[in-house]
Amino acid sequence: MNAVTALEWFTQVLEVITALAAAPLLFGWVNQCRAWLQNRSAPSLLQPYRSIRKLFHKDAVLATNASPLFRIAPYVIFGTMAAAAAVIPSVGTHLPFTPVADGIALVGLLATARVFQALAAMDVGTAFGTLGARREMMIGFLAEPALLMVIFVASLLSASTALPAIAEQLASQAVGIYPSLAFTAVAFTMVLLAENARIPVDNPATHLELTMIHEAMLLEYSARHLALLEWAATLKLFNYTCIGFALFAPWGTAHSETPQALLAALPIFGLKLLVAGGGIALVETLSAKLRVFRAPEFLATAFLFAVLGLLVRLLLGA
Amino acid sequence: MTALPLDLQILNALAALLLLVSFAMLSQRRIVTLVSLLALQGALLCAATLLLAWRTGENHLYLSAALTLALKVIFLPWLLYRLIRRLGVYWDTEPLLNISGTMLVGLLIVVFAFGLAQPIAALASTAMRSAIGIAVAVVLLAFLTMITRRKAMSQVVGFLSMENGLFFGAMSATYGMPMIVELGVALDVLVAMLVLGVFFFQIREQFDSLDLHHLEALKEED
Repeated sequence: MNAVTALEWFTQVLEVITALAAAPLLFGWVNQCRAWLQNRSAPSLLQPYRSIRKLFHKDAVLATNASPLFRIAPYVIFGTMAAAAAVIPSVGTHLPFTPVADGIALVGLLATARVFQALAAMDVGTAFGTLGARREMMIGFLAEPALLMVIFVASLLSASTALPAIAEQLASQAVGIYPSLAFTAVAFTMVLLAENARIPVDNPATHLELTMIHEAMLLEYSARHLALLEWAATLKLFNYTCIGFALFAPWGTAHSETPQALLAALPIFGLKLLVAGGGIALVETLSAKLRVFRAPEFLATAFLFAVLGLLVRLLLGA
Repeated sequence: MTALPLDLQILNALAALLLLVSFAMLSQRRIVTLVSLLALQGALLCAATLLLAWRTGENHLYLSAALTLALKVIFLPWLLYRLIRRLGVYWDTEPLLNISGTMLVGLLIVVFAFGLAQPIAALASTAMRSAIGIAVAVVLLAFLTMITRRKAMSQVVGFLSMENGLFFGAMSATYGMPMIVELGVALDVLVAMLVLGVFFFQIREQFDSLDLHHLEALKEED
């Protein structure tokens, strides 16, 4: 019994370390794919690591009227993202942490990070920070119900709200055509793009004042705080991708905590990340940035897809 | 979870896609795209009919499928495209309710339709009885499309989409209407379409626009 628990803890630690280490890599991979698709020469895969390391070596500058909240926020945001990474099954499904938070609590965790981000952005009182925070909250309050609906559909299919249970159940169910899952997958992709400041909603590569959302909130940060926030942003993308895997591509995840199973699951997981990163880059390249006031429409469509998935599931049982 | 037979799974998927296309029509601003969506809806309907005909061995369904293909996928969209080109109406004006609001109303309508269809589905004995709710929803969503649009062209597309919904409903409840009724409806739709095409030109002649808003001022001033 003890040995098994030790192995489970090992899985848990492995998951968190994988997430922390691989998140910038995924970010770099998406950027690289994007550059290729747009006929630019691509930045190195390791570029996110380099910029994070560079930022950690700098001296932090704070605005004179910054409150303690401004200084705590990066640690809180990074902490929540790391905690979320601990709850989401990516490599294995036997995780000792998962009873703590199911899918709904996970959405709450992500919301906590958002609230701190917005508060910190408004703290110094610059116009851009406030603008970014308000836009972020507008997108957040529309994206959250859509994400919850997506999780509800998966819960309905698997009779559980815990992500590992959902992943195990969905991986073992009969192969077939599930329109409800297809609809919710579309909804989830839209939420992922909106939440991670990706192109139809926000452009992460721009510092153009009038269009930015996520960047506007980070303008006042420097050095280690900025490094943590950027690392947290990559972690957020990684977390969302892993939620997507748990709900829509649960195959290949280790269902036991033996080292062999984990060893077999790791390359499959890497492969899934490669494909997902390429897919995100492709969607970003193919779509144009929406006007900010069209963003609610985009997210309403995501919500619609998720609810349609739910209704189709209830009516057709498919 | 017991898996359904593959053909039934595909039928369910087609039904779900029909519902999706209805929502796409509800949110579409460009009239050309609206017509393309109508053609797509017809194609989905045709595929569903074919599959159902193959599954049940009801031969008259093959004829219905052929009729759907000829009329709703090829002829009517072609006619509409031609009308759009000749009249030069490519965009509808902003709908009466904004798009997100319309979609939320649409969702409520779907819930209502599913509730409405539950007792009917309980009585039916066909393999696709659960899709009756979707058929009712498609009809009601087409209604909503007609209500929220101003241009005559989009309203006609809504009307045709409603006919698609009715056809799908008949198919899932009783494996299609009697052939004579189906032929009658097809002829009705065809003639209605031709007459409405003439109407469009008349309306434009009279008001310089296809906005049906102008028709409200038609009553005599006292």
